Amino acid sequence: MSPIVIKQPYHIEYLHSYGQDSPFFAGLSNKKLLGTKCPKCDYTWATPRLACTQCGGETDWVELPQTGRVHTFTTCYFGGEEFLKETPFHLVLVEFDGVDTLLLSRLLGPEQPEDIKIGMKIKAKFRRNSQLKPTDVYFVPAE
Amino acid sequence: MRPVYMVSGGVSKFAKARPDATFQKMVKESFDYAMNDVPKLKHSMIDGSVASYFSDHFTRQLMAGIMAVDYLGLCPKPNKRIEGGGATGGLCFQAAWESVASGRMKVCAAFGFEVMSHVPTWKGNEFIALASDVNFDYPVGGFYSGYYAMMVNRHMHEFGTTVEQLAMVSVKNHMNAYGNPYAQKRRKLTIADVRNSTMVAYPLTLLDICVMSDGAATCLLADEETAFKLTDHPVKITGVGTGTDMMRLSDRPHGEVMLAPNEKKSDYKNLKYPGVHSFRAGRAAGLQAYKMAGVTDPLKQIDFVELHDAYTSSEIQTYEDLALCKYGDGGKFVEAGYPFMPQIDYGMKLPKKGTIPVNPSGGLIACGHPVGATGLMQAVFAFWQIQGSIKKHYGDGELQLKKANRGLIHSHAGTGTYVTVSIMERGW
Ligand SMILES: [Zn+2]
Repeated sequence: MSPIVIKQPYHIEYLHSYGQDSPFFAGLSNKKLLGTKCPKCDYTWATPRLACTQCGGETDWVELPQTGRVHTFTTCYFGGEEFLKETPFHLVLVEFDGVDTLLLSRLLGPEQPEDIKIGMKIKAKFRRNSQLKPTDVYFVPAE
Repeated sequence: MRPVYMVSGGVSKFAKARPDATFQKMVKESFDYAMNDVPKLKHSMIDGSVASYFSDHFTRQLMAGIMAVDYLGLCPKPNKRIEGGGATGGLCFQAAWESVASGRMKVCAAFGFEVMSHVPTWKGNEFIALASDVNFDYPVGGFYSGYYAMMVNRHMHEFGTTVEQLAMVSVKNHMNAYGNPYAQKRRKLTIADVRNSTMVAYPLTLLDICVMSDGAATCLLADEETAFKLTDHPVKITGVGTGTDMMRLSDRPHGEVMLAPNEKKSDYKNLKYPGVHSFRAGRAAGLQAYKMAGVTDPLKQIDFVELHDAYTSSEIQTYEDLALCKYGDGGKFVEAGYPFMPQIDYGMKLPKKGTIPVNPSGGLIACGHPVGATGLMQAVFAFWQIQGSIKKHYGDGELQLKKANRGLIHSHAGTGTYVTVSIMERGW
């Protein structure tokens, strides 16, 4: 016989804690971009982590510059279901002077992917009403 | 550790959807296929099994592994589930190898499956994207194709790789799959077809990206004594390697390249590694497996490769990780024709065609990517190549390589977060 297929709705409200990463999100709602730095190794993370991967010690919160450069980028014309309504959007990995790692963010402003160049200067902007999400910060061309 | 052999393998047909079968039934199909190929192997001789599947979200069934085990009639023997994103199948293959190598088992079954058709494609993409950091990555991008597109844009920037070179990988793998009856997509394409298909995440188009599938695969592994009792043509597993890397792409450091035996420090004077353009986990896995198998010049000593081409770009990046060519030369490597099959007409001029065929089966791009089955599917296709039994299993020998004594399989997760490399050789 032909298989019987039924629909099964599946909805969950997660109580997601940012845990030790919470200060980063609090920072965004105060228009501050926070990374972390190891006091022993000086290694600095743009995407914060409270434990140093080099020496295992605890890192300190530091404020990142609010201007950086496009390390790489893409334009997403599709996405996971949650983000489909936002497409197309540009993703960038941001590099900052004096910081060892990168930050994933959205780039607003350019129309087409051809308008984005690796190495172009970009600056941080913050959403007026914080949603306590990493998209509370986004970048725009700096010049 | 004692020597370990693969004695048989089986795959279910990979398809967009298999509403006619639950995952247990699909696993059973691949298991029965493998069992029928070694009639001397009695069910009672299997000492245990390892289960490979990636996502509980897709099945909406926890402890699915044991449900497949009981369907196969392998209770009350040992079993465990292995999970490591896209590399789940490769990790499972190696877990079965460990069970036999350690002496715990004489015969171990590695089986894997994924049922991805139970949710719409974009929900599926969301489920897969949950395999990225949900504090910092998922809420910003929520899309693996976007992450890979960022990696390849940097690769193009650093090394001059072109979108046409990416497209050549898609043409190759779809064309190879033309003769593989288990493949989901068997299409003759041109570079223009790939570039003109729908843009998904710039510069990756729909034909640069593998598709979701339902499917299952099984590998049967045995110790030396048992292997030669069961078959005259066992395939020896001579090298295994596993590498890891940070989950977040943004955290990849900028250090020095881990050198392969055929490379010098001066080759990479100005390269910051792995950056976002290379997979350190892939290189680590490859170097371990090469060392164990005694491979010092992979291009010369390996006859073919089945690698994890979830994206055309990641196939090119992986040539470099596996030291088939130098970092940065992956685009030129495909353009020259090195990874193409010698006997197939691709409608392109390829001076080095057939040097080291990559993805003779069609890879993930054309066969499909039912995650938990994928790494095991590669082992099955590689096993048949080395045995010289492609004609028997595909019904047509066009895809059989003349020289297939030593093959490499490669399984890859996340943005290169887990990678496994296993080397298989003619054992008789
Ligand atoms: Zn430190």
